[in-house]
This record gives sequence, structure tokens and C-alpha cells, in this order.
Amino acid sequence: MSDLLIMLAVLIGSFGAGYALISKVPTMLHTPLMSMTNAISAVTILGALLLFASETSPTGKLIGMVALLAAAFNVVGGFVMTDRMLKLFKHPPRRGTGE
Amino acid sequence: MTNFLNVLLDLSVVALFLGGVAQFRNLRRARFGNLTAAFALICSVLLVLYRHGVLDPAYVAIALLAGCSLGWWIAARVNMVQIPAMVAFQHGAGGIAAFLVAYRELTRTDGSLTALGAWSGHLGLIIGAATFSGSMIASGKLANRIRQTPVVLTAHNVILVALLGLIGVLCLLAAFAPGSAPETILVFLMLVSILLGGIFAVRIGGADMPVLISFLNATAGLAAAFCGVSIGNRLLAACGATVAASGSILTHQMCLAMNRPLARVFFPRSTKHPERNATEDTPSLPAAAHDSQLSAAVRAAKQAATIMIIPGYGMAQAQAQFETVWLANRLREVGKQVRFAIHPIAGRMPGHMHVLLAEAEADPDMLVDIRDANPEFQRTDVAVIVGACDVVNPAAIGAPGTPISGMPILKAHEAHHIIVCNLDGRPGYSGVENSLYAAPNAILLFGDARATLQRLIGRLAAENAAPIMQPESMTIHRR
Repeated sequence: MSDLLIMLAVLIGSFGAGYALISKVPTMLHTPLMSMTNAISAVTILGALLLFASETSPTGKLIGMVALLAAAFNVVGGFVMTDRMLKLFKHPPRRGTGE
Repeated sequence: MTNFLNVLLDLSVVALFLGGVAQFRNLRRARFGNLTAAFALICSVLLVLYRHGVLDPAYVAIALLAGCSLGWWIAARVNMVQIPAMVAFQHGAGGIAAFLVAYRELTRTDGSLTALGAWSGHLGLIIGAATFSGSMIASGKLANRIRQTPVVLTAHNVILVALLGLIGVLCLLAAFAPGSAPETILVFLMLVSILLGGIFAVRIGGADMPVLISFLNATAGLAAAFCGVSIGNRLLAACGATVAASGSILTHQMCLAMNRPLARVFFPRSTKHPERNATEDTPSLPAAAHDSQLSAAVRAAKQAATIMIIPGYGMAQAQAQFETVWLANRLREVGKQVRFAIHPIAGRMPGHMHVLLAEAEADPDMLVDIRDANPEFQRTDVAVIVGACDVVNPAAIGAPGTPISGMPILKAHEAHHIIVCNLDGRPGYSGVENSLYAAPNAILLFGDARATLQRLIGRLAAENAAPIMQPESMTIHRR
């Protein structure tokens, strides 16, 4: 029962914290934000790793490997793409007029 | 005590994630925030490896290495215009991981799964599978591999409801089936969910993509969160929930920008889309006419003191962001006030235009949102529309009953002159004829936006666009 309560608290707490923080993100950064949260959503990589924590059948291993591959693809791709985008935003606003 | 320590460790990693997200409130710190989140993810992976270990390090290493290098390789090469398609594709990859993890968890035979774990496992499986197929369709549409127009099946809603019902029945079957591993039922559940996601996504048209992609962002997070609950991993649940929150906010904001409730976007009331038959009523202009229009545009641009540029998805398609920003900077150099007015749903995902303009090194100070831009249009000499249609269509205000009626638009029609650099005079994705094209003060430069802008820039340079500006018009404008 306490497990259920802890899980509920974790779910509601992080949803609330995420909501509060993300409401304040400027429109300009919405694409990088989505790209980064996309990478974060691939924390299922933890679940995929846990599949290998106990003995499994060969099919289980195969499924685990596909899950790992997909999640790793999502994580790395998401963070790298976000970084590339944010690098573009680096040009400081105070560079003045003209160029 | 060790349990307490574990909770504390989990909480600090979650705090690290949230800290990364928090940095996104500031443009300058966002990059650091992204790195923080990446670091947090590495920490959580290490934590799991430390706590549980893996039995087959070789398999794990191969899969990880392959996934990481593939992700890196593609992400490092992707063009900024392809970002929406790529994000959707990655959502799909996340969906695969989620439903496979949920599937394995549900078919575990050691009987340690609690009722809570079983229910959230099913939810994770369904949402993950539907996110996967929905994202793949979205990605295909965004990458122009699939036609972007909505595909409407006969009795589309009935099919969706039937599939949902089938999913419910399968869940009940799985819950009460004899034996501990109802694998066949789960495989069916997975397939039906994949079908549901696909059929759901094919009906969404190109212009509604920002809503769909945000929604899939939320469901990918939700699937991860349910997986986390199912396997009893707090980190996974917390991160998933944060992402779900983020996706929900973006979805809500996109709906607000279109002034349509989510249900109307996903389940449009009138499924008949006006035919795009506009080819005959707007024949492509003869070259001479185009030339006179170009001269008119050059004249208008030279005499203007305030210019508002409105980019849209067409700019992305033509890859004209560099020309657009170049034109803006040149005009600004000769003393004109130039700004970019950006509609929240311009492009194919939230913030799409901002990324493209940033790629072309536009000064962030020049970007204004719809709320700040609209009062300015009456005082704007020239509005330059680059590949935008529905977001400037006055029909949204004037004509009732169209698919875009009531949508807030950028009031480009209030500007003194309007230069339209769109591909053609056909309606945008909404299918609603754009009355702006018929306005007497509209200068129509139809054709590829990039080529048009290059010609415009060339003509401006040839005529030696020295600061030609009416002094009196300068005083009217603030700043």
C-alpha cells in the first residue's frame, strides 16, 4: 500500500513540478524544449536495462535489446539535436544592429 | 535506512532533471539545462546498473552502442527544416521502448507483479504502442513521405471507438485469463493499439501537426511514467510524468493559438475538406506581370519605414530562412524598423519558426509574438509574408463557419502594403480561400519563396537602395 502512495506522490509531484516550470518557458524555446523532453521520455532505457537484471529467454533478450536500442537512439538523438538547436540561439541579442 | 537513502538518491536525480528543465526559462542558460538533463540521465542509468547489475553485459553493450551511435549519427546530420519529422520519429522510438518494456514486465513469470503494476503495465503497453504508430505516421507526414492532407475513412470515429472497445475487452481478458502469462492476448493488445494510433494520426492534416506532435510528446511521457509504475522504478515514473506535463502544456497552448478545443482538432466535426481546386482561379502570373509586381514590391520596400515579416511553413519548405533574414538585415541597415511577427502555430511544431530564424542568425530582438505584433500592423508600412497562408487569412475574422473561423491571426491585412512571397494563390491547409490575395494593396510574388526573395534582394541592391525614407513617416513611428 505504501508503494502505491509513494508512486502516486512521485507521479503527481513531478507532473506538478514539470507543469510549474514549463509554463514559464518562452515560446522561442518550445522546439528545443520538446526535443529535450523527448529525450527525457526515453528514460524507459532504465526499464530496458532492468530487463537484463534477471534471467530471461532468448526471445526476452532480443526484445530487451530492441528496447535498449530504441531508447538509446531516442536519448542520444534527442539530446544531441537539442544541443545543436540551442547552439543556434547562442547569438547574443546585444550584438547590436546591422549584422 | 538504505531504503531512505535510495529514495534520497532518486530524488536528487529527479531534482537534477527538473533543474535542467528549469534552465529553459532563460535563453542563455538553456544549453546548460540540456546538458544538465543529459547528465541526469547518465546518472540514472549508472544508478540502475549499480543497483541491479546486468546479466548479459555483452548484449547490453552492443544494443546501447548501436542505439547511441545511430542516434548521434542521425541527430548530427539532420537539417533544421527536418527537425519536426525527426522529433516525431524519436517519439516513435520512445514508444517502441515503452511498449516492449511493458510487455516483458507483464509476461514475467515469477509472479511478483502487483495489481497496480499489472494495470499500469497494460496502460504503458497500450499508450506506448499507439504513440509508436501515431508518431511514425506523423513523422512520415512531416517529412513529406506521406501526403499531409487528412485521410478520412468512412465512419472514422466509429472505427476508433470500436478499436478502443476492443482494447478494453482485451485488457479484461488479459486480467482474468487463466494462466499467468497471457502472451497471445498481449500481442493482440499491442497490435490493436498500434492500429489505433495509426488510424488516429492519419486524419490529422498538415496544419494541425503542431498539436499532434505536442500530444505525442505527452503520450510518450505518459507511457514512460506507466512503465515506471509497473516496474516500480520511481525515477522512470517521475521523468515520464514531467514529460507528460510538458507535452500537455504545449498541446494546450497550440489549441489556444488555433482557438479550437483539442477534441475539435482530433475529431473534426465536418470532415469534408474544401477541394483544393484553386489552380484555375489563380493562374500563375505571366512573367511580365510578375516583373511589374516585383517593381511594386521594391518600390514599397524602399519607401517603407516599418516592415513586418511574417514567416510560415512555406519558408521552411523553400529553405528561405537565410534569404529572409538577409533581406531583413539589409533593410534594417538602411534605417528601417524590421521585425518578424511569429504566429504560434506557424510551421509544423511549436517554436519551429524560431529555430529556423535562429539558424539564419536573426537577432532575437526582432522577433515579436502575435500579441505584440497585432496592434502594430496599422502602423506598419509593409507586411512581407513568406510562405504563410492560414495564419494571415482575414477569413478567420470575417467569414463564419470556415475551418479557421475564430482562429487568432496576424492582421497583415491592416498594413499599408502587403508583399506575398507564397508558392501560389491556393488556399492553405485549411482549404479556405485567402481573401488577402484579392486586397488592392497586396503585391503578389508567387513562386518559390527562396527564388522570389533572391530576386527581390537583387533588385533592391541593383536600384542601390540607399536610405530612401520619408522623414515625416519616421516621426509617426515610435522608436
